[in-house]
Amino acid sequence: MRCPLRGTPFRRRDPDSRLNTVLQEIDRRIINQLQSGFPLCERPYESAAKALNLDESDLINRIGLLLENGTLTRFGPLYNADRMGGANVLAAMTVPLERFDAVAEQVNAHPEIAHNYARDHALNMWFVAAAPTPEAVEHTFCRIEAETGLTVHRFPKEREFFVELKLTA
Amino acid sequence: MDALDPLLIKATQAGLPLTPTPYATLAEQIGCTEAEVMARLTAMLDAGIIRRIGVVPNHYRLGYTANGMTVWDVADDRVDELGNAVGQLPFVSHCYRRPRALPDWPYNLFAMVHGHTRAEALAQADIIANLLGQACRARDILYSTRILKKTGLRLVD
Repeated sequence: MRCPLRGTPFRRRDPDSRLNTVLQEIDRRIINQLQSGFPLCERPYESAAKALNLDESDLINRIGLLLENGTLTRFGPLYNADRMGGANVLAAMTVPLERFDAVAEQVNAHPEIAHNYARDHALNMWFVAAAPTPEAVEHTFCRIEAETGLTVHRFPKEREFFVELKLTA
Repeated sequence: MDALDPLLIKATQAGLPLTPTPYATLAEQIGCTEAEVMARLTAMLDAGIIRRIGVVPNHYRLGYTANGMTVWDVADDRVDELGNAVGQLPFVSHCYRRPRALPDWPYNLFAMVHGHTRAEALAQADIIANLLGQACRARDILYSTRILKKTGLRLVD
């Protein structure tokens, strides 16, 4: 079945207006509702669709489209990395601007580095290392220090506070 | 964890199947029953291994372009109580207590906020500041200026 959104002339003409076109009222409602949960029953799409006044197949198609066009980064179970037996630690460095890109490459080359962000602060590079054990995370940081000659400041979680964010679409 | 869980986690790494009966589809993939899949997902939700089942929107695509890491130097004897309160604010997506790195880094409470503009993010930070009151000695907000690397959660073997 062809999704009704796919035929719009905006889609090809201008990526920005396509985005605005694609995120219609119904998509906003889907995003707002499905941020807080998804049913665990035999026909979960049918059940979620009912609450949104949609058909099961419409909901499935729209979720697929929102994933495809990048409006959603994920749909499904969100796993808590801290409860899966591994270790992950946030760290930051002060990187001289003239070496910034080269250091980013050195850091990113480690498969343990899951995220790395440039931030506007004296500590200007922030990254997370994830590995099976805390020792493996520490080893990664030590190697980065040896390779770059820069200090890696470790900011391990001491406590996580419960949050319930819903971004209003 | 149950013996099925690693299989289930692997099978859902790319997300939930977009089929009318996604739990039956998963069951078929990993060789168990639909009821077992639903029971294990329920158990992992209860145990906190799964935070929730649902969608994760791309902040930027929803217009949240000012994503700020707010950081706070909060009195040690108040930080847990206040961290809980900060986490309850509707615009905070992550909230952690972390060690300070003195003298460069006096902050021990981290809270991510999300605004459509930096002015909105700053207004959110001000709400946090009000909540922290006298217990807060210093604050800052760090915006991400570039994503240098972003990979999904890798499975621990």
